[in-house]
Amino acid sequence: MPRLNGAQIIIRQLERQGIRIVSGIPGGANLPLYDALAASSTIRHVLARHEQGAGFIAQGMARSSGQTAVCFATSGPGATNILTALADAYLDSVPLLCITGQVSRSLLGTDAFQEVDTYGMSIPITKHNYLVRSAAELLTLIPKAFQLAGSGRPGPVLIDVPKDVQSEMVTFEHWPEPCPVTDQQTGGTLGVEAAADMMNQAARPILYLGGGVIHAGAADEARRLSEQGGIPTVMTLMGLGILPSDHPLSLGMLGMHASRATNLAMEECDLLIAAGVRFDDRATGRINAFCPHAKVIHVDIDASEIGKLRSADAAITADARHAFAALLPRVRQRRRQQWNDRIGILQKERPRFYPDDFAPGRPFQLIRMVAELAGPESLISTDVGKHQMWVAQAYPFSTPRQLLTSGGLGTMGFGLPAAIGASLAFPERPVVCFTGDGSLQMNIQELATAVEQQVPVKIVVLNNQSLGLVRQQQRLFYEQHYFASSYGIAIDFAAIARGFGMEAVDLRGGGVDEQAELLRQAMRQPGPCLINVPIDIEEEVSPMVPPGAANTTMLGAEYVRK
Amino acid sequence: MYASNANAPSKSQGANTALLRLTVKNHPGVMLQICGLFARRIFNLEGIFCTAIDQGETSCIWLKVDETEKLEQVLKQLAKLEDVLAVEERSDAQGRFAELEAMLARID
Repeated sequence: MPRLNGAQIIIRQLERQGIRIVSGIPGGANLPLYDALAASSTIRHVLARHEQGAGFIAQGMARSSGQTAVCFATSGPGATNILTALADAYLDSVPLLCITGQVSRSLLGTDAFQEVDTYGMSIPITKHNYLVRSAAELLTLIPKAFQLAGSGRPGPVLIDVPKDVQSEMVTFEHWPEPCPVTDQQTGGTLGVEAAADMMNQAARPILYLGGGVIHAGAADEARRLSEQGGIPTVMTLMGLGILPSDHPLSLGMLGMHASRATNLAMEECDLLIAAGVRFDDRATGRINAFCPHAKVIHVDIDASEIGKLRSADAAITADARHAFAALLPRVRQRRRQQWNDRIGILQKERPRFYPDDFAPGRPFQLIRMVAELAGPESLISTDVGKHQMWVAQAYPFSTPRQLLTSGGLGTMGFGLPAAIGASLAFPERPVVCFTGDGSLQMNIQELATAVEQQVPVKIVVLNNQSLGLVRQQQRLFYEQHYFASSYGIAIDFAAIARGFGMEAVDLRGGGVDEQAELLRQAMRQPGPCLINVPIDIEEEVSPMVPPGAANTTMLGAEYVRK
Repeated sequence: MYASNANAPSKSQGANTALLRLTVKNHPGVMLQICGLFARRIFNLEGIFCTAIDQGETSCIWLKVDETEKLEQVLKQLAKLEDVLAVEERSDAQGRFAELEAMLARID
């Protein structure tokens, strides 16, 4: 009969669950856990420099692979630091297991050193959470936590383990079965007949696809559905990559920074087939004015999303793969020439790109150049801000899970640690992190982790020496009262990277050909490399739907409120 | 345990309130899970009555909810909580719940 302490039970179960990498930082209250981890021959520990970094490294692994990833933090500040990464995972439905140390049971509730109510604080930002009260509980609790994180609508699960529970010895009969890797909760097919009828009768349908389609592994089915029905398709930020960006039926991203033709086409549609989406305000604009003439089919594995913001005329509570598989044999093969021609006209009148967008030194040109050098196998993480929207608009995404980006929470500081995690999960694939100077400074300490782990991430800093999207909103909506949105000092990011032991290049001051050559060399580096790219502070993200306005109100770069 | 929402004047059993009966796992954090959901989703809660059942393994929670329009969302969000084992709409018990309220009000 095995006789182990709580910490050993946790580590052994992570091994049995197939976990090979854990990111984290040790501290007073999780030392028994780290002692047990040190004895593991199969789990590699990645030491982050800040717990938020550890959380986002785990997210990078989970988002790129679709498998639950694990991160550790100690009690108190360790736990509060990692909460942002959990909130981020919650809003984007990323499967994560976070194990935090806690003060011993006898000290709980006494304001002990490094005690905070981690359980209470994590309730609103986790799918579920536990405060463990005995080591024996861990036997059933760990497989259950994996099952919760990865099944149905995925999400983060937190387990808070008091230090004395980690050290408590338990004798037990046998190990519980690990949680199965495949999701058992796929939903039902109620509503499929009604939905198929609506699709067959619609003249101007649009498929509206989000992260749920990617979580369900339903990109192929989505593409077949789109092609079979001749249905133009829009994607949320979280859904980019479901259809390749050059697919004839792809209208790209919808919403606040969509191309004009996409939002206008949605205004005209008579049926919205929404799958794995939650009608987020950045996608829909003012919800009452969103697709005003459309009936709605809503597919989601989370029943509470259906009818939350927009009532559905047909609802399928299932994961997108099973729903699409049931719809495909019922949806008639159609070309919908008239509707697609109409969209063609909208796109011709209001092109997604203008030739001038790709002039040397401009964001789109730089992003496309990186894309060419990185190749179709690459994984792309972004931070949050202008660069994120430029990447969403212009990067040629071709596969699901290729883009790792903080959609729901919009966390600056996400990009670098997420790229490290993606590279740990896929060491053979090129990984590029597009970031801004504002975002990079929010988790810049993880440059050390990238060097220490020798993950070959390429960090492209689109440096406009400002909080660009904030500044843009001040320009558009606050009478150009620029305040606290630009930085007073120019930071030498290349020198900082070198200080961490990382290769770095700076494109500042170079001519067009010289910059292209430097970029080529940097992207070829075998290890991690930072590339600083100066960007004009006046480069804007265009068009922009003002927050709270209808998606048909799209302001161009020239608009300024007088 | 009984709580009344201090911000909203307590209504007698009106057409606007619904009565829900939850069966939940009984552990120290479960009330926080339920009340936290109502607070963060801006659902109005008029009253709570909670007691352990089933030799303490589970608890039964009665909720008086002032949300007839959002009731479907309230039910779906409650059902999503891992600690919630069952949710029933029991507006048929409004009369007896009013008796319970009156009885609790008489206790000093």
